[in-house]
Amino acid sequence: MKRAAFPTAGRIWPNAVAAVLALGFVFPVYWMFNTAFKPTRDILSEDPVWFPFHGTLEHFATAVNAPNFWTLAGNSVLVTVLAVGLSLVIALCGAFALTRMRFKGRKGILLTFMVAQMAPWEVMVISIYLIVRDADLLNSLVPLTFFYMLMVLPFTLLTLRGYVAAVPKELEESAMVDGCSRRQAFLKVVFPLLAPGLMATSLFGFITAWNEFPLVLVLNKEPATGTLPLWLSQFQTAFGDDWGATMAAASIFAVPILVLFLILQRKAVGGLTSGAVKG
Amino acid sequence: MAVQLDDAADQTAPRTGKGGAPPARRGSGRRPGRGTPAASARRTAATPARRTPYLLLLPALLATAVFLGWPMVRNLLLSFQNLNMKELIQHLTDWRGTGNYQEVLGSEQFWRVTSRTVVFTAVNVVLIMVIGVLIGLLLARLGTTMRLVLSAALVLAWAMPTIAATTVFQWLFDARYGVVNWVLDRLGRHSMAHYDWVGSQLSTFFVITVLIVWQSLPFVALNLYAATTTIPKELYEAARMDGAGTWKVFTSVTFPFLKPFFLATTFLEVIWVFKAFPQIFAINQGGPDRLTETLPIYAFTEGVGNLHFGMGAAISLLTIAVLLAMTAYYLRLTFKQEQQEENGL
Repeated sequence: MKRAAFPTAGRIWPNAVAAVLALGFVFPVYWMFNTAFKPTRDILSEDPVWFPFHGTLEHFATAVNAPNFWTLAGNSVLVTVLAVGLSLVIALCGAFALTRMRFKGRKGILLTFMVAQMAPWEVMVISIYLIVRDADLLNSLVPLTFFYMLMVLPFTLLTLRGYVAAVPKELEESAMVDGCSRRQAFLKVVFPLLAPGLMATSLFGFITAWNEFPLVLVLNKEPATGTLPLWLSQFQTAFGDDWGATMAAASIFAVPILVLFLILQRKAVGGLTSGAVKG
Repeated sequence: MAVQLDDAADQTAPRTGKGGAPPARRGSGRRPGRGTPAASARRTAATPARRTPYLLLLPALLATAVFLGWPMVRNLLLSFQNLNMKELIQHLTDWRGTGNYQEVLGSEQFWRVTSRTVVFTAVNVVLIMVIGVLIGLLLARLGTTMRLVLSAALVLAWAMPTIAATTVFQWLFDARYGVVNWVLDRLGRHSMAHYDWVGSQLSTFFVITVLIVWQSLPFVALNLYAATTTIPKELYEAARMDGAGTWKVFTSVTFPFLKPFFLATTFLEVIWVFKAFPQIFAINQGGPDRLTETLPIYAFTEGVGNLHFGMGAAISLLTIAVLLAMTAYYLRLTFKQEQQEENGL
């Protein structure tokens, strides 16, 4: 789409400002990796070393050899994937019903999810702790999985609603005219068109679950039972002065999401563009 | 083009935590004339299985009731109980009526934390919205290459997980070897050479604010840019022909057209900044001297940290009340809008 909304005269200032801003946004991320790869004497030098000329992997070795790293990394992956997967399935069913059908209580249900979306999990840790304790499930991954699932569910459901609505009804209807049942029409026609939407939505679910901190902090006190955010915060307490190791730990924690973001972001954009051409 | 007219209004997609609607969500809006309520009502009437929508929604509703409703109810009950370490270990239930609320509402600390939280939220949201919109408009003005460069930088900052970003900011602002102090020293502020940022209330809040604004700007900027591309350029041309300057174009074309976007985004940022937990907690645990505690941290410290669970529950319910008060305007608008849609059936 050609954009002529703003005058194109005077490109120098906008470009200069954009360059400075881009640097500002990238710098903290760069400084994390830069520090992670630098030998300690470069980290603790009077003048910052701007590039890891004497690159080393020792900080990464310190990080992955820290107690419980592999266990907690596995826990994180397991909990995140299960929570996001479950919430996608449940949310897709709900989004389909809310978008394509009219029924009694629809508005109330919709508002329920809008309010659930605002749920202040950060301040409910106390009652959640007591519930989980009474169920004898402290230091387990089961409550984490289910609570994370619900943390991403309302958002997933409300967002998928937009993606379902964007698939023309006519496609489904013509599939049904051609002899598909409603379920077949959905699985064969609508579902493939929703793929980019599902990917984009799940991305934000992944970030939320991967990041969650207050709940795991309270529920999983045994060192070997938590997730990576807990590991990183404990690592930092233990290695606080060892910035190389701390930044290596932060990098290890951040890389999966950074990579996922790069992959899924492009898929989502591509999918929507092709949809726009057809529409 | 007409297809996209409705899209800005549909940008109300909420987000959880640091996530959010992808900037490319435009195009996912409801298409006017296709999914009209009347058409779908006819379709529903023709569908034999009337229970289908309820069955489809059952898992979502059930999960919400169990994993959200139950903790909420438990929290409410707890706020009327006296539950400290002793009662917790002996599994005692000791009701104390509205005692917790009286104690909290009567304490100076609660009001101090509340007003601090409101100011903190307001400052952050204003900064995020103003700078975010400016960057979004800048994106619209850049050439292709520079726009890609800036977008990529924004996406990178956006994707950084909160705890990792918080750790990095602690390193950037480290007193001895932090690069921020080094730069300030080089710029002539030699008193800053070994400045301890987490040593005082205002400077700790400064670091937290920089961190939160840095994390939040990409969402606003990229979404605003995506939304501006849905504005028909005829509107701009007309405004220009009338001799409108940049500011006038913004107030007479961009802002009115994107009003739903501005409302929804501000609402989301208010919720997100208000609830910010890991950033504040990890930077300095609400310190020094509990001076940077906001309501979520305060509830956590009282409830979990000091093992006054009943008090913590009362504070957390009051926190929810404050959050509702801050977002009431937007919620009322949404309720009204849904009402109108429903009446339109």
